[in-house]
Amino acid sequence: MPLQRWLKAGWSLVGALTLSGSLAGCADGDGGRGSGVQSPKMAMIKARGSLICGTDGKLPGFGFLGSDGRYAGLDADTCRAVAAALLGPGDKVEFRDLNPSERFAALSSGEVDLLARNTTMTLSRDAAGGNGLSFAPTTFYDGQAVMVPAASGIRQLKDLAGKPICVPGGTTSELNLADRMREQGIPFTPLKFQTLDQVYAAYRSGRCAAVSTDRSQMAAQRSTFPKPEEHTLLPMVLSKEPLTPATVNADPAWADAVRWTLYGLMQAEEMGVTQANVEAKVVEAKANPRKAELRRFLGIDGDFGRQLGLPADFVVQAIRAVGNYGEIFERNVGQGSKLKLERGDNRLWTQGGLIYSPPFR
Amino acid sequence: MVRQGPLRHLRRELFASRLDGLISVGLITAMAFLGLALLRWAVVQAQWAVIQANSTLLAVGRYPLDQQWRLWLLTTLLALASGLSWGLLRGLPRPDHPLRLWPRHDRIAVVLLVGLAVVLPLLLQLSLNIQMRWWCITGLLVLCRWAAGRWGQAIPRPWRRWVPVIWPLLYGAGLVLISGGLGLVRVAPSAWGGLLLTLLQASFAILLCFPLGVGLALGRRSALPLLRWGSVLYIEFIRGAPLITLLFLGQNILGFLLPGGLAPDRVWRAAWILTFFAAAYVAEAVRSGLAAIPAGQLEAARSLGLPLPQALIHVVLPQALKVALPAIVGQFISLLQDTTLLSLIGLLDLLGTARTVMANPAYLGKNAEVYLVLAVLFWCCCAALGLGSRALETRLNPNHQPAASR
Repeated sequence: MPLQRWLKAGWSLVGALTLSGSLAGCADGDGGRGSGVQSPKMAMIKARGSLICGTDGKLPGFGFLGSDGRYAGLDADTCRAVAAALLGPGDKVEFRDLNPSERFAALSSGEVDLLARNTTMTLSRDAAGGNGLSFAPTTFYDGQAVMVPAASGIRQLKDLAGKPICVPGGTTSELNLADRMREQGIPFTPLKFQTLDQVYAAYRSGRCAAVSTDRSQMAAQRSTFPKPEEHTLLPMVLSKEPLTPATVNADPAWADAVRWTLYGLMQAEEMGVTQANVEAKVVEAKANPRKAELRRFLGIDGDFGRQLGLPADFVVQAIRAVGNYGEIFERNVGQGSKLKLERGDNRLWTQGGLIYSPPFR
Repeated sequence: MVRQGPLRHLRRELFASRLDGLISVGLITAMAFLGLALLRWAVVQAQWAVIQANSTLLAVGRYPLDQQWRLWLLTTLLALASGLSWGLLRGLPRPDHPLRLWPRHDRIAVVLLVGLAVVLPLLLQLSLNIQMRWWCITGLLVLCRWAAGRWGQAIPRPWRRWVPVIWPLLYGAGLVLISGGLGLVRVAPSAWGGLLLTLLQASFAILLCFPLGVGLALGRRSALPLLRWGSVLYIEFIRGAPLITLLFLGQNILGFLLPGGLAPDRVWRAAWILTFFAAAYVAEAVRSGLAAIPAGQLEAARSLGLPLPQALIHVVLPQALKVALPAIVGQFISLLQDTTLLSLIGLLDLLGTARTVMANPAYLGKNAEVYLVLAVLFWCCCAALGLGSRALETRLNPNHQPAASR
């Protein structure tokens, strides 16, 4: 018996070294029973009975530990939605705090099943020759912005010529700012700090004329200032930061399941299905055979769930757990939270935003 | 020495000359200014709601609420054992000064303990239920201390020799109480956090790194080449790599190398890495102690017919460890502080919990309050370690003259 175990260990080692095989080493069956969907990851999650989700754990509004010891935030709710879609009710998520440098290693080594840790989707992270991730739909369109004191009269990048600007050192924020300023030929002095706390402390003590990082983070920090209205976020966007959950490239079926669960949350908002009315909608759809689209979406007709290797009512389970996309947004970062971020680009496409679900057909 | 009034004493210490007086006035003013500013901030500006609301989180992390009685039980047992050991130690006859059951130090310590138990929960506005528990635990500790000091000597000597054994037993029982098993519900290590995780990691590493370090130090001075070079290689490799690198190695590379399920939980991985790391440094501290012992000691012991292990255990090591004690305790204290690095690998130790508390949108910008509490907690733990080691040094030193200068 020990020999077999070590043989298996040896094979897993070989698999891990070729990276793509690290998950196949644990494969022992198909994920969606009888559906023909082959997903070692989903089989493993079902056998374990919980989804291991990598989050930040220290980011206001996205992932943090509430006073009751429960993870909260937009990313945390994303994890809960996926767990509910695959495993049913009961908050079957195990959260794992990850820092920026270890997040991709944790995902590819199989320490976490899903990475929902405000990660920007980029080409090199997606490509098989790069980090080899598989990205789900973007859950938050962020962008780098510039904040200045309202009284300073600064309205555009040109006004910052020759002035010191505070940025967190060693981040894409620093590089993006330098790129934009060089493009426009504007000289400036970057003041780099190790942590965001130091950046804002320097800005508030007047050491720099402006501060530049992700818009959502600056809005969150601004809400803690004694007089938030005295600081303005300039409207221009220095970079695109689509914050997107990711899985490994090696398991397309699992990536599909995550992708369509998240699309389901967006589609639910579009169709007006909320956490409060989802039961009523199910009853309504069951009673009325003419509501074909709603019946397919809620899993009463058709076999969307089976095709993905998920239960037929996976959308209903996800909405029961956390509500639709709009509800998740408002509760964690929007008007229902202390951060009070505008929806902006994160409105539905029907309202002029970028949140768009392909059809459930 | 002539006894002087405290005022005259102060005057002689602080205002001996004009320059002394100037420096004293300047320093006292600066200190008073800073102290007042801190006090005003703490009383008027600071909003302690962030600590009140998150006190459980900071203490034990995400430990399930319905299982927290186990931690209370453990705390009570620890208090009882501390009181018992303390009382018995005071009852032991000492060579340097006459036996006193309640020396001044102990009276101050008891007053401090009781004061802390009453004031701290009150300041944090914990619920009355929790406050009462702290009163009871402190009361038990003091009661046990009193009883053991009063009647401890009545316990027959052979029995008393076994009293220190309760500590390792208690540690084992504590691990079972915390993690579950033996009929208790299992609580996964991922749910441990806050002060609980910090103390657990530090105590685990401190307890295990000591024997490991002694072994390595002996190995490094051994005449067997394999043993010697093995120890040298290990010590120099560990000392050549920063702790954070080793921690990352353990968290991320083990997942690649070992197949799923064989790698221990990440909390235990971190604990073992802390242990292995500290062992290398303790080994060097012990080696410095060994180097301070003249070679004649070992030779004399051997010529008396003691086999090598006995000569080491009974003659060389007791002397060497006494010399190395301050350095070793320094290592333990820095180990306790090194546990804060765990927050960088995503574990919810005290600092990690504090950072996630500060990320709660309801308490954004309350960093100063949280960091101050953290500093006080760490200071208390480190001061306790330092005081314990000083007491041990005094007790181990046969030539000690009790407080000759003052």
